[in-house]
Amino acid sequence: MATETGIGASVRRTEDARFITGTGRYTDDINVPNQTYCVFVRSTHARATIKSIDTSGALSTPGVVAAFVGADLAKDEIGDLPCGWLVKSKDGSDMVAPPHPPIATERVNYVGEPYALVIGETVKAAKDGAEAIVAEFDMQNPVLDVASATQSEQIHESVPSNRSYDWELGDKAATDAAFENAAHVTSLDIVNNRLIPNAIEPRAALGSYDAASETYTLHTTSQNPHLERLVLAAFVNIAPEAKLHVISPDVGGGFGSKIFVYAEETAVIWASAKVGRPVKWTADRVESFLSDAHGRDHVTHAELALSEEGDFLGLRVKTTANMGAYLSTFASSVPTYLYGTLMAGQYKTPAIYVEVQAVFTNTAPVDAYRGAGRPEATYVVERLVETAARELNTDVADLRRRNFIRPEDFPYETPVALTYDTGNYAASLDKALDYADYAGFAARKAQSEAEGKKRGLGFSCYIEACGLAPSQVALSLGAGVGLFESAEVRVDVTGSVTVMTGAHSHGQGHETTFAQLVSDKLGIPFENVSVVHGDTRRSDYGLGTYGSRSIAVGGSAISTATDKIIAKATKIAAHMLETNEDKVSFDDGIFTIPDSNESLSFGEVAFSAYVPGNFPLDELEPGLSEKAFYDPANFTYPAGTHICEVEIDSETGTTSIVSFVAVDDFGNVINPMIVEGQVHGGLAQGIGQALLEHGIYDADGQLVSGSYMDYTMPRADDLPDFVVDTTSTPCTHNPLGVKGCGEAGAIGATAAVMNAITDALGIKELPMPATSETVWRAIQGG
Amino acid sequence: MVDVTFSVNGKEHALSVNDNALLSETLRENLNLTGTHIGCDTSQCGSCTVHLDGKAVKACTVLTAQAAGSEVTTIEGIGEPGSLHPMQEAFNEHHALQCGFCTPGMIMAAIGLVNASESLDGDAVRKGLDGNFCRCTGYHNIVKAVLSAQRNM
Repeated sequence: MATETGIGASVRRTEDARFITGTGRYTDDINVPNQTYCVFVRSTHARATIKSIDTSGALSTPGVVAAFVGADLAKDEIGDLPCGWLVKSKDGSDMVAPPHPPIATERVNYVGEPYALVIGETVKAAKDGAEAIVAEFDMQNPVLDVASATQSEQIHESVPSNRSYDWELGDKAATDAAFENAAHVTSLDIVNNRLIPNAIEPRAALGSYDAASETYTLHTTSQNPHLERLVLAAFVNIAPEAKLHVISPDVGGGFGSKIFVYAEETAVIWASAKVGRPVKWTADRVESFLSDAHGRDHVTHAELALSEEGDFLGLRVKTTANMGAYLSTFASSVPTYLYGTLMAGQYKTPAIYVEVQAVFTNTAPVDAYRGAGRPEATYVVERLVETAARELNTDVADLRRRNFIRPEDFPYETPVALTYDTGNYAASLDKALDYADYAGFAARKAQSEAEGKKRGLGFSCYIEACGLAPSQVALSLGAGVGLFESAEVRVDVTGSVTVMTGAHSHGQGHETTFAQLVSDKLGIPFENVSVVHGDTRRSDYGLGTYGSRSIAVGGSAISTATDKIIAKATKIAAHMLETNEDKVSFDDGIFTIPDSNESLSFGEVAFSAYVPGNFPLDELEPGLSEKAFYDPANFTYPAGTHICEVEIDSETGTTSIVSFVAVDDFGNVINPMIVEGQVHGGLAQGIGQALLEHGIYDADGQLVSGSYMDYTMPRADDLPDFVVDTTSTPCTHNPLGVKGCGEAGAIGATAAVMNAITDALGIKELPMPATSETVWRAIQGG
Repeated sequence: MVDVTFSVNGKEHALSVNDNALLSETLRENLNLTGTHIGCDTSQCGSCTVHLDGKAVKACTVLTAQAAGSEVTTIEGIGEPGSLHPMQEAFNEHHALQCGFCTPGMIMAAIGLVNASESLDGDAVRKGLDGNFCRCTGYHNIVKAVLSAQRNM
């Protein structure tokens, strides 16, 4: 296939045409006849018992159509919002998941939790109605501190000590023994700061009910419409899946926060049948801050044991993870199977023991945010390793290199449940060292010092487990759903192709990447392939997009379905050429009988499939359309080295990133331009965590960083140009040799930045975000 | 209610809107120009950036009534497939967008920035666009696109 648009080419994105002309179609852009507008009434208290809610004022407000409270949903047997991953505690007991009614019924447990909804002819009418609702509360002391949550007042009746689970992974005895034999132990107390995802498109939902067919249609901002449908059908009891049509049209960024099934779309789709009219809700930004699931928020004590020579002997990690007030859709898996399992990093640490307790607080639910557990794990490992090198007065690159798992060690079984299939960590490190001009750093540092400034260099050699997930493994570890992906490749009569995928693009560029893949394999023009996603009635059941899974799992499903197309088309070609199919070869869109001058184009074969004049129908079905459900054999393991160089103004404490290098091993790459873009975006979020972003609740449980006036989003002038490159060890177990690239930036960057800042300041620990004030205080104190 | 007459993308509109209607709302709700996006309520994100009499403004900071007699240009008014504005071309060429939600505002802000400047380097582009959030791209490719478009505008 022409390499200009094939696998490996930086094809310009086809989806851009609508986005750059303002003709994208996001949920809030969609309006339907007779539609009403929904406004949620949210708790202003962090923890309170609801004494009464009086909706009469709302109902008499002009333009208000209806007002509902939690009891109205309960009356209709609308179920709780479930958490889909069952984690077990050390003692074998199941995690404790408190009831999570979509609309609060008896108590409210965080500021922003909805306890009523008002539906109006206009947004304004609904807002006026919401203002007129009178609710009385008995306020209680909120539980806000993660570290002391288990010793605080009990939030949920069913959850003693506010603890959902107390989980462990690894060999405790072996790890303790490693520490006893250690020549050196490096320890750190780490707070992984709470982040608020902030996709620029706020969440939205438009629910409609067709009484004649008893069918619900939900347009919503979801990263996984099939999962949304499954939860709303099977757990929330809206309707059977066949009567529930979920559409995620263009979605303006997700970063994890749009994976989850939330109260708002649940209430909106339910209410559309109650009022007999379509109901629309679009979050304003304050609602996004208050009610989108937040990310990170760990408190950790971690220790690394080393030998005299600098070999890693053992790693011990004890983490308390904040779940917020309820268990969000995948919350329980994030600080466990996406965190503890990554503690080997890129290293041959022989003994690892991780303990994680998940606790409830009176804050918004916490769930997966770009990287989800893996950034937190990388932060622990890479802060420890860098600190150990400094304490041992060893070169930070050399210490890492000494402990790397080597290319000849793969497949490598870690002490924390994963088997890495392939990698070459030194290759990424070496390339990154070159880009970062490691050798010249001392001179640059001296120059900065001569100017009264501080300069530091920080590394992060991260690994991630992506391509979620082998269903068998995931299900055995408590997942509630299989994690394969679906694909359908439908060849049209004239040879153009429509690809249906269960993956969902909310910025990833699937319409381009997947079309490249199929056009390359079939040898047909890129322009002749269209990709369809985000509609439960068009694609087979699939799991959507998160965890850098789209190319590794979704792409592999498409590849497999395309192989089936080739196999079927070869049969048809053999029939047309009057030969056996094993005599027919297919290359670059042409079927031939080798050593003959007989050949057929893909288009001719496709046409024949639908004009089957003389098909032997007992052997050969008409049509050319194939499906695949691809379930990966293992996770994929992207890995790389990020190096950050900072200069700090000693007078103001302001940190400038003067250079940021990311060298990542994503295996094979379909579209390098898109992959680079994914890395850039991830780096911005990782750097944002280190320098700027922080979700802060005050002592009363009010979210004080609850608007763009207060929560510091990375702006263009906060970030540097990035140096991004790749190395490649192709994944060994999927048909494309791909690993996934969506989260690498966010996983690697944070530790690199904080290692650079602590290097510049000559200190061991510094809380994130390293704002000018935080850094300035550290300079004054040190 | 207030009666407002103004031009949007070269077409005259006479509307009756709420006194407190924001231009961002009127464009989306009355004129169905949904390319102008709303990403916040504090005039921070810049997703709703349009041109008002040739200057880039956040449409959420303008009352529709204030636009009376003005010429408004939105993302829908600057180019279309086959005859794109150089800034639209550059955003595609340099992969300066991912989810596309901030993109209309970013493109309108970038055009306004280039039009108001003699010449821009990377730092100036970064400072000039600091009123527009993008959560996807890390801005790297946006800066490249604006520098490139500047040469063709």
